[in-house]
Amino acid sequence: MAAGVGSTIGTDNLAPHQVGRNAAALRAQERAEQWMLGGLALPGLLLIGIVALAPIVWLFWLSFRDADGMTLAHYARLLHPSYVITLASTFELSFLVTSICILLGYPLAYVIAQARPRIAAVLLLLVLFPIWTSLLVRCYAWLVLLQRRGLINTWLSELGLIDGPLQLVHNFTGTTIGMVHIMLPFMVLPLYASMRAINPDYMRAAANLGASPAKAFWQIYVPLSRPGLAAGIVIVFVLCLGFYVTPALLGGGRVMMWSMQIERNVSYYGDWGAASALGVVLLVLTLGILWLLARVIGFDKLTGAR
Amino acid sequence: MTITTISLPISIRDVTKTYGRTAALDNVSLEIASGEFITLLGPSGSGKTTLLMVLAGFIRPDSGEIRFGNREVTLIPPHKRDIGMVFQNYALFPHMTVAGNLAYPLKLRGVDRAAVEARVARALDMVQLAGLGERQVDQLSGGQRQRVALARAIIFEPRILLMDEPLSALDKKLREQMQIEVRHLHQRLGMTTVYVTHDQREALTMSDRIAVINHGRFRQIDKPQDLYERPNNRFIAEFVGESHFLPVEVRGGVAYFGERAIRLAEPPRHTAFAQFLVLRPEKLKVIDAADGAELNVFPGQVKEFVYQGESSLLYVSLADGQPIAIRQPAGSAQRAPPPGAPIRLGLAPADTIIVPPEET
Repeated sequence: MAAGVGSTIGTDNLAPHQVGRNAAALRAQERAEQWMLGGLALPGLLLIGIVALAPIVWLFWLSFRDADGMTLAHYARLLHPSYVITLASTFELSFLVTSICILLGYPLAYVIAQARPRIAAVLLLLVLFPIWTSLLVRCYAWLVLLQRRGLINTWLSELGLIDGPLQLVHNFTGTTIGMVHIMLPFMVLPLYASMRAINPDYMRAAANLGASPAKAFWQIYVPLSRPGLAAGIVIVFVLCLGFYVTPALLGGGRVMMWSMQIERNVSYYGDWGAASALGVVLLVLTLGILWLLARVIGFDKLTGAR
Repeated sequence: MTITTISLPISIRDVTKTYGRTAALDNVSLEIASGEFITLLGPSGSGKTTLLMVLAGFIRPDSGEIRFGNREVTLIPPHKRDIGMVFQNYALFPHMTVAGNLAYPLKLRGVDRAAVEARVARALDMVQLAGLGERQVDQLSGGQRQRVALARAIIFEPRILLMDEPLSALDKKLREQMQIEVRHLHQRLGMTTVYVTHDQREALTMSDRIAVINHGRFRQIDKPQDLYERPNNRFIAEFVGESHFLPVEVRGGVAYFGERAIRLAEPPRHTAFAQFLVLRPEKLKVIDAADGAELNVFPGQVKEFVYQGESSLLYVSLADGQPIAIRQPAGSAQRAPPPGAPIRLGLAPADTIIVPPEET
């Protein structure tokens, strides 16, 4: 009786390597299944390798080369004040736009998350609507609204609130307004998703334990919505760092972004090495910011995974 | 060890809450004594949770009055009511540790740090979670979360405790263990407790009194034993415990099943003509052909035998096809009677209950 495995009752503690009936065939089946799943992912992995990883490697390679071979000249040139100023203003604009997006987006997302489902759907549609409109169209629309004899200046002066037209566009202000408008949905959507997942019982529990509505909001609601906030900040900030169209159109040449330096190096000077070096710096800085945020908030919260 | 609490009576007077056309609470009134453990028992949608939410202050009634002791709280917002509550899903804050959750209500009350630490440790001790204060909430098992939720609800020594189906997420064994623990905790602390459940067995196990609620109105408010042994009507008898019902006619204080007068310990409490005889499976006995002179006897045929471990159920169909069931203690000697075999069931007059149909 005791000789054959599986003939005794209660042998729960069988060692995993012990050979039982069909064990080899069952393992083979499991392995085959894993290979199949791996095989399904293969085309996607290949595509990412070709269209994303290979260009990045090539970018690195180009940034260290000129006509004579390997060089660090492209990076040395970035220490020039004009580049340093560009980098500073790129960060300044990104920081400002992200901050304004938080201030506008958080209350907006909160209202949508609290609204009844049908109203929430309408509000969400309104938030999404700009994304479906061409970026260029939206920038030109802002140009129309903000220019010297645009809608806003005309109204303000007709109301007698200003004496002369305000300089609202072709500068830092105009660029900020345009970019906030474009970035807002990217802040609101992750925030909304995060807020929607907050069980209303948490707020009830807080109230029951003695927290006033304001305290419950700051001590319970805001911390629980932090994953969405972190995701929104990362998306908006990173998108801002590399933004081109809006600063180019609404900045009127007065706002110089890092991306515009890249474009200049390629199209004016045909200098791929310099452009690559700029690209590498932006990539490294972006990854650095992500790393820093991941350190502060935790990577799982950053990606929204829990 | 003991956290001393002063408990408060609760008085619910003429409370109404309607959603659209349906009344979730239809002019309900209930006096709950200081220190009492009362259970609101009802099927889903009966209004029991609505009433609890009204007590907590999360739902504003259309009209009525709620008093905790002498203090009218109808218009007081939830954060100023100073009552403990255990939520169905526990609602433990996931961004705080276990100790953080327990300390939260104390910090809101301005208790100083040393005292907070001492009280958190004591509360953890009381729910047998000593040493788990630094755990994250998502590292706890369901039963542990339940205990933390309970500890958080009582740590600030509220004089009233509300519990909204707190054990429904636990498996059966743990649930039964927690029922006893909650009961003991209540006996130790003595705060007035309002407990909501749809589980009649849980209600019978834990409560001083049970208020059965349905369609927004109380149907019977009684001690567990009275509720089970003397149900007011068919709805109560059906909802609390297992029963089968036989239609009877009541004429001149005597109940007739068919042409047969039923032996009763006391005459039916209601005078309605069409009423029901309540047959609880565990009150019936299998009797021999000769026996049954003192009993109400129901001859029938065996339909099906179901073995359930500690007891077994035997389904019997009466002469006119009415299905009834009898529960017997099971044992290794017990044998399943063959389907179709004739059988006689007896019911003592003292266990024979006549109820009117559910009032509308």
